[in-house]
Amino acid sequence: MHDHDDDHAHGDEHAHGHDHDNHYSDMQARVKALETLLTEKGLIDPAAIDAIVDTYETKVGPRNGAHVVARAWSDADFADWLKRDATAAISSLGYTGRQGEHMRAVFNTAETHNLVVCTLCSCYPWSVLGLPPVWYKAPAYRSRAVIDPRGVLAEFGLMLPENQKIRVWDSTAELRYLVIPERPEGTEGMDERTLASLVSRDAMIGTAVARKPESAT
Amino acid sequence: MNGPHDLGGQMGFGPVAPEKDELYFHADWEKRALGITLSCGAFGAWTIDESRHARENIPPADYLAASYYEIWIRGIDKLLERHGFATREELLSGRKLQDGAAPKRVLKADMVPAVLAKGGPCDRLVETAPLFVVGEAVRTKNFNPATHTRLPRYARARTGVVEAVQGSFVFPDDNAHGKGENPQWLYTVVFDGAEIWGEDADPTLTVSIDAWEGYLEPA
Repeated sequence: MHDHDDDHAHGDEHAHGHDHDNHYSDMQARVKALETLLTEKGLIDPAAIDAIVDTYETKVGPRNGAHVVARAWSDADFADWLKRDATAAISSLGYTGRQGEHMRAVFNTAETHNLVVCTLCSCYPWSVLGLPPVWYKAPAYRSRAVIDPRGVLAEFGLMLPENQKIRVWDSTAELRYLVIPERPEGTEGMDERTLASLVSRDAMIGTAVARKPESAT
Repeated sequence: MNGPHDLGGQMGFGPVAPEKDELYFHADWEKRALGITLSCGAFGAWTIDESRHARENIPPADYLAASYYEIWIRGIDKLLERHGFATREELLSGRKLQDGAAPKRVLKADMVPAVLAKGGPCDRLVETAPLFVVGEAVRTKNFNPATHTRLPRYARARTGVVEAVQGSFVFPDDNAHGKGENPQWLYTVVFDGAEIWGEDADPTLTVSIDAWEGYLEPA
């Protein structure tokens, strides 16, 4: 299919050797024009856009995933359920929906560290982690996670033991992966809320591990 | 297609640049781009597979230079035009010039919580039993379709092991092109790093993909 991207009202010489889409040079103006057009045509409701943005800015985010991890650390039956049927186990905590329809939980161990990527686009478990960070969607991470994971992890400040295995999960289908980091030492007897505070978004992607509690450092 | 999106193993993009205390959105237009993309998806006119393919078809130099929300907007522009919701002229001017196709559904604000909570499951029953079992050695096919596929280039013609039979799912290679959902069994297949990258690979590395049955043959 040929896209006729070359019919513009005014030229804007461009370094690339092909016809360039001038109307993408100012994204603020481009997206405003698109929203205006679609609203005028009755195809979208700007208030729905507000509601979507509010959902992912304030309601759905990595605190959901941290709750799942803390529950798994605290409750062996829940951890077992998470291994067998992550979608159902996560749903039982109230986290469902878009880009979390088919969940899989992968557990870090002393022997194996798990790392999640989507080399083909930006597949990410929205229902438990919210919207993905820019780096997760950018070429540097997507290209290198599968060939040089230790190099990537070093850029996050994470140095794994040399003999620890690394398993990279490329999210090529509709399964969405949540890494369950190892429970840090010195957390015995902690309640779920405190445990969850040790679990960062990156620890659930695999580019970090869970934080140690202050008292143990 | 062997497009710019298929990035696994490519080099030269520099270090990963994690931001400290990163914001979800780096400009107001990114918020609107997210909402527009999801709202247009709710029309029911195209599938997630077709929308992925629209993004893959962005010319490589543009794709690699664009931020991800720009990639989404370029994809939406194509889909709106292809499915008759807006003309090229309307998209360029931002002004309505004519009536277009009618969507099955317009997403209103009060529908948003339920629609997002429901998502779009794409597991489907199939009549046949899985061809492969856990622990079986399989080889990915070598193919280079000009159309949509979810078998990355780096994982073609490689031998791995079936780690899990994950259920049966809509087949994106067909569904992206309006050829129906044609569900197939889906497998998690694990490869040794050296099988993919050669003898210099990290010896501690294994990589898995989720592969539809049609991507695989017995090893």
